[in-house]
Amino acid sequence: MADDYIVETKNLTKEFKGFVAVSDVNLKVKRHTIHALIGPNGAGKTTCFNLITKFLPLSRGTILLNGRDITNTAPADIAQLGMVRSFQISAVFGHLTALENVRVALQRKLGTSFHFWKSDTSLAELNDRAEQLLEDVGVLEYRDIPAGELSYGRKRALEIATTLALEPEMLLLDEPMAGMGTEDVARTAELIRRVSKDRTILMVEHNLSVVADLSDTITVLKLGKVLAEGPYSEISQNPEVIEAYMGHGVGSHA
Amino acid sequence: MTTNSVTSSATGPNKGVSRQAIFVGILLAVGLIAPFAVYPVFLMKGLCFALFAAAFNLLLGYVGLLSFGHAMFFGWSAYITAHAAKEWGLTPEIAVLLGTFCAAGMGAVVGWLAIRRQGIYFAMITLALAQLMYFVALQAPFTHGEDGIQGVPRGHLFGVIDLSDTLNMYYFVFGVFALALFFLYRVVNSPFGQVLKAIRDNEPRAISLGYQVDRYKLIAFIISAALSGTAGSVKSLVFQLASLTDVHWHASGEVVLMTLLGGVGTIFGPTAGAYLVVTIQNYFATLGSWVTIIQGVIFVICVLAFRAGIVGVLRPFLKKRGIEA
Repeated sequence: MADDYIVETKNLTKEFKGFVAVSDVNLKVKRHTIHALIGPNGAGKTTCFNLITKFLPLSRGTILLNGRDITNTAPADIAQLGMVRSFQISAVFGHLTALENVRVALQRKLGTSFHFWKSDTSLAELNDRAEQLLEDVGVLEYRDIPAGELSYGRKRALEIATTLALEPEMLLLDEPMAGMGTEDVARTAELIRRVSKDRTILMVEHNLSVVADLSDTITVLKLGKVLAEGPYSEISQNPEVIEAYMGHGVGSHA
Repeated sequence: MTTNSVTSSATGPNKGVSRQAIFVGILLAVGLIAPFAVYPVFLMKGLCFALFAAAFNLLLGYVGLLSFGHAMFFGWSAYITAHAAKEWGLTPEIAVLLGTFCAAGMGAVVGWLAIRRQGIYFAMITLALAQLMYFVALQAPFTHGEDGIQGVPRGHLFGVIDLSDTLNMYYFVFGVFALALFFLYRVVNSPFGQVLKAIRDNEPRAISLGYQVDRYKLIAFIISAALSGTAGSVKSLVFQLASLTDVHWHASGEVVLMTLLGGVGTIFGPTAGAYLVVTIQNYFATLGSWVTIIQGVIFVICVLAFRAGIVGVLRPFLKKRGIEA
């Protein structure tokens, strides 16, 4: 039973000086599904993300990853347990080349990351794997370009390649399509679908049409509380959700 | 097939490496013949500050941490080396090593306290601790307060080579400098250096990839402090003096200036910046307090016109030719 869910939160709560950003959220993310978190601005989506990945300490509640309590685990250790997050602003290492970006994720398992006396040519053995990852997301031709000089969509792709380098079972994507043109959105959606094989994805997203197509389950947040949960077909009919978030725009989006 | 890819993202790798070798060779040659053309004590002073700035640059340029208290490592190592050489009669290499280790130890404590904070708070904590150490230096009996430790013997290197000979002293300083710079180059271009650059570019992302960034920052801080200490130690032997000037916050500010003028995050930038500042101080010394104003004007021009600093501006030009500066 518990094995069906990769991540579970119990009464997840975050208070900032009297303001409750996230209140008693019980989230259950099913293994090998794409789960979307939506809601109007200020609904607490990103805060939820930061809580689950431990970038923010929680005020109350528990978080389970594969049935294991990670409520007090350090953020860097979360990655080692197989859960890796992305960021709202595309998070690449701007002065490193695309190849080096991916390699930074790969090199930790070599166990030489503290070896300051060693030449970085020792990392060359990772290049094949890094190139393969760049190829997978379609940015191999930019391998020697500093990541900061890539277009927004390619930065996103590179970020996903970097994340995948860790072979996480669980990916958290914070608005992966924010600020993208339609072409990039379609490409990224396709990419997400592709990488979701054998993985679980929890994503925050504004773009409803994308969410509708991609996700198996949608959780709607409003003012830090769960308003509704279910597949898109169900959510989109929920009058409360329509009022709170989708407004009159449901038909036109879908 | 994978061997050629890492060394350089610039031009053809083999060509790049050899051009790099020629470039470094020229710089070494210049360093070796320089004392026959230029006043050696001036050169040594420049080298000491260049090493100090290069060590500082490891933090600012490759980890993105602005320390405003590096004078404590520089100045205190000077005191320790001077005391060890004068009072205990240690040979210069041991005295310098002792200064370096003490700086590393101080760096471990200061770094451990400071790296929990970022940005301006990090700078303020380092400044506060440096001020604390300044007043300790002012009060502690062995530093001789305002007088400093004077008449420090340069001694015999390894007990044989007489360093009171200016040329011998110069080559000792130059050797220490070249080794330290190579070491810094290695640190920056190591698996560890890759992680440092990643942390500098995007710390939250580095954390999310599973890196415990504080440990990396602390190690970088200790290395930076240690080499700042080496610079101070050597300087105390060159001038046979350890004084309050080197622990004063002015020295912390000067090293920031040198690094920024020369080019932050470059290998040779701090050296260029250090020589620029030392030149201004030496050759315009007759202008008295105008020196500070000249420095300020140059700094303003630098910030307005070429932000990347001297070497930073030259860098793209050199990179096209397969040279990493």
